[in-house]
Amino acid sequence: MESLTTDHNELPRVRYTRSLPTPVPPADSVIRSNLAGVRHVLLVLSGKGGVGKSTVATELALALRLAGKRVGILDVDLCGPSIPRMLRVQDSAVHQCNSGWVPVFAHQDKSISLMSIGFLLEKPDDAVVWRGPKKNALIKQFVSDVAWGDLDFLIVDTPPGTSDEHISTVEALRPHKPLAAILVTTPQAVSVADVRRELTFCKKTGLRVLGIVENMSGFVCPHCSECTNIFSKGGGEELAKHAGVPFLGSVPLDPQLSQSLEDGRDFIQEFPKSSAFPALAHIAQQILDGTPRSS
Amino acid sequence: MKMLGFSHTVLVLSGKGGVGKSTFSALLARGLAARDDTQVALLDIDICGPSVPRMMGLEGEQVHQSGSGWSPVYVEENLGVMSVGFLLSSPDDAVIWRGPKKNGLIKQFLRDVDWGEVDYLIIDTPPGTSDEHLSIVQYLSAAHVDGAVIITTPQEVSLQDVRKEINFCRKVKLPIIGVVENMSGFICPKCKNESQIFPPTTGGAEKMCQNLNISLLGKVPLDPQIGKSCDKGQSFLAEVPESPATLSYRSIIQSKSENHCVTRPLERQNHQ
Repeated sequence: MESLTTDHNELPRVRYTRSLPTPVPPADSVIRSNLAGVRHVLLVLSGKGGVGKSTVATELALALRLAGKRVGILDVDLCGPSIPRMLRVQDSAVHQCNSGWVPVFAHQDKSISLMSIGFLLEKPDDAVVWRGPKKNALIKQFVSDVAWGDLDFLIVDTPPGTSDEHISTVEALRPHKPLAAILVTTPQAVSVADVRRELTFCKKTGLRVLGIVENMSGFVCPHCSECTNIFSKGGGEELAKHAGVPFLGSVPLDPQLSQSLEDGRDFIQEFPKSSAFPALAHIAQQILDGTPRSS
Repeated sequence: MKMLGFSHTVLVLSGKGGVGKSTFSALLARGLAARDDTQVALLDIDICGPSVPRMMGLEGEQVHQSGSGWSPVYVEENLGVMSVGFLLSSPDDAVIWRGPKKNGLIKQFLRDVDWGEVDYLIIDTPPGTSDEHLSIVQYLSAAHVDGAVIITTPQEVSLQDVRKEINFCRKVKLPIIGVVENMSGFICPKCKNESQIFPPTTGGAEKMCQNLNISLLGKVPLDPQIGKSCDKGQSFLAEVPESPATLSYRSIIQSKSENHCVTRPLERQNHQ
């Protein structure tokens, strides 16, 4: 396989424009070769929007990287791609090589590789106003055409719901790799209700659920240390119990984490004393161990 | 299409998930329906994640069919609701549909539901700019749509998606009524200091609205009672009338109804 450390600026740039025809689905053999070096594929799902899927995907990637793993993130949220900014590579471009598309490398040592529609847009505010079939075609390309190389973990960040993106991602990946999923929720009933449906999606599509993360679980006032359960409490843990899946932990609201994501900083490396760090580190440890344990 | 009876139609949109679209839709519907002479319809087209039934205290309700079509589920006599949530028999039921099937249901919601004569149709949407959004705009093209209220939270991670939604509205020529910035700061109930949990690192909705020449309808602070009321299916406006968040929401709803020729001011909903 071609070395991925060539100067990518010399390679042709991939851009998604309206004039590009819908691509022909690639042969399975091509997909297999581009995924051959990927050991584990982990989907980050939620029925609910805005619970922190991209946050958990990003922080998990950073934590696994710190533990010495090679990580890739595939962002299949085509309408609202958040990952590029969270890793401060929103202005990067995707280039083409003989094996396919070269992922964008985040982090100084290129230890995290990314693919997102965010890198393919002409302008960052361009809306991707596509119906299902076009979304499905791009997702297939993301799975088959990206030259991921050797990765310990490929984390897939998804949009909320149980629709085209989810069905297509699972269909494209499943023939080539065993798939596992982490589900993210916030504590309140309105979120948990959607995540229950996502659990059904996992069951129906044969996705192994590694566990549930309860995000935005309480806020400790930095001035007086009073804890307020802004989005209620405990719903994620109860859901895990009810569904018979492991509970991976509760992550509190942490303005420093929000700020890190805004600035594209490495929260895991730079803010180990911040309130969200212990829970995020614990989640990553459970993934590394392969068998989530009760906290 | 049986779409005659809506005097005003408002879409509640956001590029971003989890910013409070359904919360706002529910409160807007309740706020407008506080006046007995106003007939309000709340249509939930979030097919995969229908939150509206729970927020309106209608969990477990089912849709009934009559000779004149599907009957909306009524919260009050003048406030009817429709959602895929009413068509599911169990809370674990997932709607795992691709675009065309979702579009079909949305069409049915508009065509087959016997809404009657309605003053305000509020439409709650899922996040994004995809099938549901294209379809609803297409199906409403023959009706008069007042426009879209776009919900965001202050941080750039949300705003970057919301700008795409604004571009979507401009592309499909959907007027933008304005933007609501939700989760705008949190006041600790104990020490009363403010924290910016979702920091407006690029100037928040205010700066974005200035840059894009769009109206900022209001900013609503975080209040733990909002989530609680939503979970319990109660009206936050009625349950916590003195909250700064209630005051913000009321002022936004008030300005919405005033801008559309409703001359009498909204009466405060009395807490029973």
